[in-house]
Amino acid sequence: MATYDTSDIRKGLKFMMDGAPYTVVEFQFVKPGKGAAFTRTKMKNLLTGAVLERNFRSGEKLEEANVEIKTMQYLYKDADSCVFMDTTTYDQVSIPETTIGEAKDFMPENINVEVLFFENRAVGVTLPNFIEQKIVETEPGFKGDTSTNTTKPAKISTGATVQVPLFINAGDVVKIDTRTGDYLERVGRA
Amino acid sequence: MSVESDDRQRLIARRPALEARARVLSAVRRWFEGEGFLEVDTPARVRAPGQEVHLDALPSGDRWLITSPEYAMKRLCGAGYQKIVSIGKCWRADERGPHHEPEFTMLEWYRAHAPLETIAADCETLVRAAISAAGPAASPAFAGTATHPFTRTTVRDVIHRFAGIDVVGDESPETLATKVRAAGVDPGTARHWDDLFFQLWLDRVEPHLPTLGPVLIFDWPTPLGALARRHPTNPHVVERFELYAEGLELANAFGELTDPVEQRARFLSESATRRALNKPVYSLDEALLAALPTMPPTSGIALGFDRLLMLVLGLPQIRHTMAFASDEI
Repeated sequence: MATYDTSDIRKGLKFMMDGAPYTVVEFQFVKPGKGAAFTRTKMKNLLTGAVLERNFRSGEKLEEANVEIKTMQYLYKDADSCVFMDTTTYDQVSIPETTIGEAKDFMPENINVEVLFFENRAVGVTLPNFIEQKIVETEPGFKGDTSTNTTKPAKISTGATVQVPLFINAGDVVKIDTRTGDYLERVGRA
Repeated sequence: MSVESDDRQRLIARRPALEARARVLSAVRRWFEGEGFLEVDTPARVRAPGQEVHLDALPSGDRWLITSPEYAMKRLCGAGYQKIVSIGKCWRADERGPHHEPEFTMLEWYRAHAPLETIAADCETLVRAAISAAGPAASPAFAGTATHPFTRTTVRDVIHRFAGIDVVGDESPETLATKVRAAGVDPGTARHWDDLFFQLWLDRVEPHLPTLGPVLIFDWPTPLGALARRHPTNPHVVERFELYAEGLELANAFGELTDPVEQRARFLSESATRRALNKPVYSLDEALLAALPTMPPTSGIALGFDRLLMLVLGLPQIRHTMAFASDEI
């Protein structure tokens, strides 16, 4: 494994710390007037998602993390797992639902996702930021009432329930932010 | 429709800050003049730049650009100049970030026969003069904190308060490392006293300093003595304070060391450390060492003028205080 210097720290750099892989979220040059230079680094644990901050002194070495991101297509659900196919090699892998977490509620079949591998084991799935999904179930809307912020629950084809405006009907296609689960806009009508 | 260049837009947008900068600079000059200071203009290019281990000078032909005007100013102190101030550019290699520019303006002044507390009082007066000169451009939040007398504390006290450990200043590096770990800080590969200290400082102390408002932190541990004299009653600390405001290190002040023997020993130790770290080794400033015996007891301070403007104007980055940052020219 390669090692990095603090001067290599950039957004997205992946490295090992305390046995876990991290990715750099933010970094800043800091230096006390009479002390060595440090890189204040905000980083995310790729396994737990926890974000923390550390000051790495100039001269400290960081160990490269054995992580790989592959674009994979979600094929189908199989018991407590989801099966994905590498879009380049057509290899299939099965990833437990618990590893995928909440993302699975916004993961329609055939969608391309990014799968993070750590030491050749799939450890996380990142969806595209936006998906467009059909509403399969919602109370009929009240025509004309678009002036307020009132929303109602609606079930989308992946199974998740999102809050949508009252004018949305079953069969409409809506755009959703997968990071927040927020409704963004209607892109197709029933 | 005309398309203006980004650079022109940036310069236009920076105008209010530049106008405030000129007003503050003018007010600072007036204040020093009123106090009876002589403004001196010392060379930017020198044979012997600052020896400090963690300050790297930029080469300029066969000389170096100053990292501070300290050595030249102390030679003036040794020749009987009792109150001198310098407002000028300094350069520090590889320092670039929201709070660092490799070229910046330093405000440095010395008072002979004055205790460090006089310099501390100067800081309070100057910061308020800068706020007043900035007028409507001044940050109300910062102005609010600066009207109160600045908090005065010690390094030992803030470490104890925020990191929960007692750092006396007489620890061996090994003992300090143990204490630092006890505070929950991972010192990594740090083995030197100052590296261990600053890992602790950055991780556990500095983030809390904004809660104190503008704060004068006195009594720095002897291993961080640099050019400060030993404290008259506590052998483990030196006469030094740092001014922090909103967590930003604004100024560093010394009760100046005037013992040429001890100063030479510290310079030699610093150049040995520089050599061990494969950094450029600078020649000793023999003229400075020769001036120390005739230098009266003196207190001196270096204050980052651009950072003062950041605070006074409420600007998040040092580059916002200048027309051209180093990557804009």
